[in-house]
Amino acid sequence: MNDMAPDRENRAAGLKGMGCSRKRVEDVRFTQGKGNYVDDVKLPGMLHGDFVRSPYAHARVKNIDISKAMELDGVVAVLTAKDLEPLGLHWMPTLAGDKQMVLADGKVLFQGQEVAFVVARDRYVAADAVELVEVEYEELPVITNPFEALQSDVVLREDLEGQTEGAHGPRKHHNHIFTWEQGDEAATNEVMDNAEVVAEEEMYYHRTHPCPLETCGAVASMDKVNGKLTVWGTFQAPHVVRTVASLLSGIEEHNIRVISPDIGGGFGNKVGVYPGYVCSIVASIVTGVPVKWIEDRMENLMSTAFARDYWMKGRISATKDGKITGLHCHVTADHGGFDACADPTKFPAGFMNICTGSYDIPVAYLAVDGVYTNKAPGGVSYRCSFRVTEAVYFIERMIEVLAIELGMDAAELRRINFIRKDQFPYKAALGWEYDSGDYHTAWDKAMKAVDYDGLRKEQAERVEAFKRGETRSLMGIGLTFFTEIVGAGPVKNCDILGMGMFDSCEIRIHPTGSAIARLGTISQGQGHATTFAQILATETGIPADSITIEEGDTDTAPYGLGTYGSRSTPVAGAATALAGRKIRAKAQMIAAYLLEVHDDDVEFDVDRFVVKGAPERFKTMKEIAYAAYNQAIPGIEPGLEAVSYYDPPNMTYPFGAYVCVMDIDVDTGVPTIRRFYALDDCGTRINPMIIEGQVHGGLTEALAVALGQEIAYDDLGNVKTGTLMDFFLPTMVEVPNYETDHTVTPSPHHPIGAKGVGESPHVGGVPCFSNAIQDAFRPFGLRHTNMPHDHWRIWKTANDLGLHG
Amino acid sequence: MADKMHIKLKVNGADHEFLAEPRELLIYALRERLGITGPHVGCDTSHCGACTVTIDGKSVKSCTMFVAQANGADITTIEGLGSPDALHVLQEKFREHHGLQCGFCTPGMITRAVKLLEENPNPSEEEVRFGMAGNLCRCTGYQNIVKSILAAAAEMNTVKEAAE
Amino acid sequence: MIPAAFDYYRPSDIAGAIALLQEHGDDARVIAGGHSLIPMMKLRMAEVPHLIDLQDIASLKGITISGERITLGAMVTQHELIDSAELAAKAPILREAALQIADPQVRYMGTVGGNVANGDPGNDMPGLMQCLDADITLTGPDGSRTVAARDYYEAAYMTDREDDEILVTVSFDAPKGGYAYEKQKRKIGDYATAAAAVQLVKEGGSVASASIAMTNLSDTPVWSEAAGAALVGTACDADAVKSAVAAMLNDIDPTEDNRGPVAFKRHAAGIVLARAITRAWDRA
Repeated sequence: MNDMAPDRENRAAGLKGMGCSRKRVEDVRFTQGKGNYVDDVKLPGMLHGDFVRSPYAHARVKNIDISKAMELDGVVAVLTAKDLEPLGLHWMPTLAGDKQMVLADGKVLFQGQEVAFVVARDRYVAADAVELVEVEYEELPVITNPFEALQSDVVLREDLEGQTEGAHGPRKHHNHIFTWEQGDEAATNEVMDNAEVVAEEEMYYHRTHPCPLETCGAVASMDKVNGKLTVWGTFQAPHVVRTVASLLSGIEEHNIRVISPDIGGGFGNKVGVYPGYVCSIVASIVTGVPVKWIEDRMENLMSTAFARDYWMKGRISATKDGKITGLHCHVTADHGGFDACADPTKFPAGFMNICTGSYDIPVAYLAVDGVYTNKAPGGVSYRCSFRVTEAVYFIERMIEVLAIELGMDAAELRRINFIRKDQFPYKAALGWEYDSGDYHTAWDKAMKAVDYDGLRKEQAERVEAFKRGETRSLMGIGLTFFTEIVGAGPVKNCDILGMGMFDSCEIRIHPTGSAIARLGTISQGQGHATTFAQILATETGIPADSITIEEGDTDTAPYGLGTYGSRSTPVAGAATALAGRKIRAKAQMIAAYLLEVHDDDVEFDVDRFVVKGAPERFKTMKEIAYAAYNQAIPGIEPGLEAVSYYDPPNMTYPFGAYVCVMDIDVDTGVPTIRRFYALDDCGTRINPMIIEGQVHGGLTEALAVALGQEIAYDDLGNVKTGTLMDFFLPTMVEVPNYETDHTVTPSPHHPIGAKGVGESPHVGGVPCFSNAIQDAFRPFGLRHTNMPHDHWRIWKTANDLGLHG
Repeated sequence: MADKMHIKLKVNGADHEFLAEPRELLIYALRERLGITGPHVGCDTSHCGACTVTIDGKSVKSCTMFVAQANGADITTIEGLGSPDALHVLQEKFREHHGLQCGFCTPGMITRAVKLLEENPNPSEEEVRFGMAGNLCRCTGYQNIVKSILAAAAEMNTVKEAAE
Repeated sequence: MIPAAFDYYRPSDIAGAIALLQEHGDDARVIAGGHSLIPMMKLRMAEVPHLIDLQDIASLKGITISGERITLGAMVTQHELIDSAELAAKAPILREAALQIADPQVRYMGTVGGNVANGDPGNDMPGLMQCLDADITLTGPDGSRTVAARDYYEAAYMTDREDDEILVTVSFDAPKGGYAYEKQKRKIGDYATAAAAVQLVKEGGSVASASIAMTNLSDTPVWSEAAGAALVGTACDADAVKSAVAAMLNDIDPTEDNRGPVAFKRHAAGIVLARAITRAWDRA
């Protein structure tokens, strides 16, 4: 066989299958400006919709006068809640089991809330008409803090008054939404009471926003002749949108076609269903012509899907020598005016119960209280699986605080508490079963790569030099070891509004040996058209360049739950591999028939089936595909197609070890990132180039969140960060080069061992940047300070520690 | 409503004439009148650069220019930089070095990069980062964009030297 | 974001522009690069029924250096300031400052006039022009007049310019000695958290003269005469810098915003000024 090896290698390389850095097929159109995003959709006679929005965070809407707006030439309609009410669409269900106003029904609960929807000839007339709609408001007391909300007599959600039972159990107060408990409280308290060491800390993970460069939008087109509704939109889950649209509108699902065209970044922002989608659909149904709605950046930041806003209180116990014995976490979660969190429905706080992190913690307890305030609804997973960024930030800060309490090195504290390789599959105290991991190997590799001991030595010297007055710069070493939980999820416990979170792939091999595969997911920049073809190339022996991947059109794609929470590779990727295997199984029978041997006497070899022991006798996949369509084969149906729906048996648990080295100007509060090392283990690696790109991007979004990106409100509930002047998106100048590295620990339950990677760098990056800042001040007595670490807050930390003399 | 104006633009070598309200933003004139949908609207306030085009030799954010101001101008967009059979070196290098993900910032990014390399054919990494700081990307973390531009500069310089 | 409708004019000379301003009074605004005005119009925070574009007025363009006198036309862009080798030789602080304004695209459009004329406290050129003791020339229906940049700014967006006047040039003597423009900002494209412009002349090992102006630390730019005076006659040592900073802090009056609270801004102002003085001294 040895002389066959070069030939096999060449054939394998020609497939561009898994493991190679295949160039992206999407880029050919994107680099030429030929992407097709929702605002590029232009239909004959199309009208434009625009919102009248509330300037107040809490007010009663006394009257809406649309008469002046209707008089403006070019205005076709102005919709208010009254117009939607007969259709039952003035409110809509949220993904979290609550309901949300589509248009203000008597009151508004946050600044920027949708009050009326203007439909006009073009976007200019629509914008003018928005100015002419006269709304009479009566201002009400504003609550922007969840603790205050739970004490206040002010009832935010009057529609729920008297309802003591919410979607997730009892409500304790009229502004309370739910309490979600996991783990064993009594056992945890007992461990804490008897522990040698207990560290406590409170931390606020501030409200931020995914802010993809493309805002949200939709084009709805109701064809009254054929009774068909087509909706193009920025949907990370197009099939879910179709089902929800059908349930809400009463239009049968087969008469609705939802298309996610190219999406200009999602990061969680495009998971939810927004009033703009509903209003453009209703407006098209009412007018009978297509209606486009595209939000502007200010609307995007003010009203669609925020992320985070968790007030977390933790206690961690350990032995004197640093072995962790228990973890207690309480979260007060600010959900804004409606509970529209985008989580699997049974998980009102997402997977916050991954907050035991990468550590072997015998007992733990988590409780999350959701609270209404006068802020925008949302609560999406901004480049992470459901609330995992919050969980990882929490545990990675608690580890640092415990290290301070113990007077221990934080790297060593992590090391002695990692779940050991031989403990996998590992059942965590808060319920999850981690599939695989080798944390010690990853950590040791990272520590060696950055010369951790050398860095600590340098840092100690810097502190001394600072104390002697020789420098005004401090050095921080940020450490993080994270475990993600992605790939939701087993249908038995993960669903969205009852729809199980499986995913799917359908593949058709054409007679000449090329193929098209369609999936229930939708790329927003992750390169699915490239990587899913690589999986299929390896599985079927058809070159990736001969496989078209199509997503996002519900009329053609098999049903799927979409792309978020790093679920595409773990779930749809598995479906793709299994669909490929079905193709291969049929191909094997065809090959055996063509080679006139028994099925078991042929074996797959890269791009062909060969007769065992006689490799010169073979049929290529191309030949087999041709035969599948053109040759009558006894007992085998013509054609070569397969469909696979994949319900994962478990989540996957990617992990990684990150180190950030930061220099901080104590006087100005300006941080400089000197070095960032990121080791990721996402199991089997499908396309290293794309993985590296995902890591760079996720880290940069982490940098933004840690160092300044925030949706801030004043006491009246006004959004203070409504444009990109104030909402921090770093430019090339503020962003460093990253060093990437990896280990490979395949997922034991995934068909190809892949775990997903898109969100890991964000999940691990945020605490790593934050820890670097905080670590710089540890020698001067800092225990914890909240993000975002923008210049003035860093300065304040230094100032509070007396470092300004 | 204000009177419509007679607007003349040359875009990617082709002449266009139309009537438009002066307040029409150049980005929408390009996208909606002329069907040139490469440049995008990202931020509306001249921070993100997704709408970047070249106007009379300058890199400009076309969301912050009225079509009336551009009357008479010669404009180049991403669509005018290369053709499917003859891509601009930067278009090739962005693909080769994975300098894009969702593609939304890419047309503005490449259009600006073309101008940057005209201004400075042999930039350092720092000069690339500074010269591209008017273009935001949310996906890539910029590292591969910088790599793409430096690779394009190197290749363009090699071609130029060979020609000399 | 769509602005309200307006009528658009593109006069070819200053007289034409002034006639339009007179005709439409408060309803008219001139536009240069538009990168301050257009976002405000798109946000509908500025309503401008009559928009007068100055781009065709040749006399507003160009950098003129005549002996030691430098005159910048109102329509000179920041890009042109950066690009001018002659200007970089005569008044290098302009290039250093202009490079810290906004981003490359905005600098292609943003003009000296637009930056200086409006009294936006966030703009960098007003403080710089105060540091250089520039003269601002305004032309109106009754001809032209000159106002010192140090007298031009009254409050945020309030200046000495009458509604029917146009800022036509900014001129100043080529500065002598060392210079620095130091700006702290959150990111590229941001206004200053604090910024300092410093020009100083060194003679025989001590400061012969010094001019210091601060940006975005009051509702107008702040030329701190006392801060400059505190340096004169000193060897620009640590104590002198401290005195200058203390004097400057008496003159500024920052307000809290997203960049931080007042205490931080005052501290940052002191730091950027100290650094600017040090750099200017090293270059003197």
